[in-house]
Amino acid sequence: MEALARIAKVAAAAGASAADAKNNAAAGSAGFAYGLAAIGPGIGIGLIFGSAIESMARQPESAGMVRTTMFLGIAFTEALALIGFVVFILLKYA
Amino acid sequence: MMSNVIAFEFPPINELLRWKDVWAAGSLNKVGLIAVASALIGIFVFMSAANKNPKVAPTGTRNLAEVAVEFIEDNIIMQTMGRDGLGWTPFLLTLFVFIYLCNLPGIIPLLQMPATARMAIPMFLAVLVWVIFNFSGIKHQGFFTYFKNVLFPPGVPKALYILVTPIEFISTLIVRPFSMAVRLFANMLAGHLLLVIFALLSEALLQARDKILIPVGILPLFMLLFLTAFEVLVGFLQAYIFTILAAVYIAGATHPEH
Repeated sequence: MEALARIAKVAAAAGASAADAKNNAAAGSAGFAYGLAAIGPGIGIGLIFGSAIESMARQPESAGMVRTTMFLGIAFTEALALIGFVVFILLKYA
Repeated sequence: MMSNVIAFEFPPINELLRWKDVWAAGSLNKVGLIAVASALIGIFVFMSAANKNPKVAPTGTRNLAEVAVEFIEDNIIMQTMGRDGLGWTPFLLTLFVFIYLCNLPGIIPLLQMPATARMAIPMFLAVLVWVIFNFSGIKHQGFFTYFKNVLFPPGVPKALYILVTPIEFISTLIVRPFSMAVRLFANMLAGHLLLVIFALLSEALLQARDKILIPVGILPLFMLLFLTAFEVLVGFLQAYIFTILAAVYIAGATHPEH
């Protein structure tokens, strides 16, 4: 809040309106929202892929089943990052 | 009004996603036309495949249709529902073909808009899957048994139901359709925006007033090519994931764990 007030003060000094300052703050926090939301799912998808490759290399005959389950796991993990992306869009444009 | 990203003019998002109605106000716009066209193309391919002589070697559309049906049966139904689920092939095949054909215009030149990048189609499909898996669960197990199995999963200590029941209620009945819709929508929207960003960036750099910037424009152009190829994969993968999740939910509703 304090940072926002400071941004507004600086922007007022630079001759921009309060709405512009709010837009800029929203754009900045939108970037942070997406960046933070991508960390966890990134690690998660890496773990899923890693273990899927490992189990496919150990038992190539079970590759089909492992691949299906891997996509399912990725779909569930990825949902969090995608919700972060939607929040990004909402913060930026809504 | 343009929103300015480091001196690079990015158009407002409605210019990229909101299309004017084609004939009069209230008629179809580009997204609606793409959705109708993909439904008609799917119907046409499978109808013409069905009318061919099944006793001769398959050619043309029949080949395509047989590959699609085998893909659904072997890679989606047998992996998730087992042999009992083969009766679900028509529904899942329709779902897969429609979503895939809706995703594909995102990379077809001149169309350049995946119909699933607007929330309406993913949301409707997710609600459809939600209704179907709940209905088939109620049909197979009976109303009270189905909701007892969903809300009070067997094999959990009685005291934990205070914790488990609200979580199961939210995750099965509320988050499932929401996450299905958001997954498809956000993937296609993100792909569309990425293509737009790199196309605009390469255009801006290749037409830059500073002559030194023009060779740099090759880089986003290569990225654009790479992302277009990547979107082919994403369009297929999202249709596959949506269908496989529908299959998993239906399988879970019709055959509860004991």
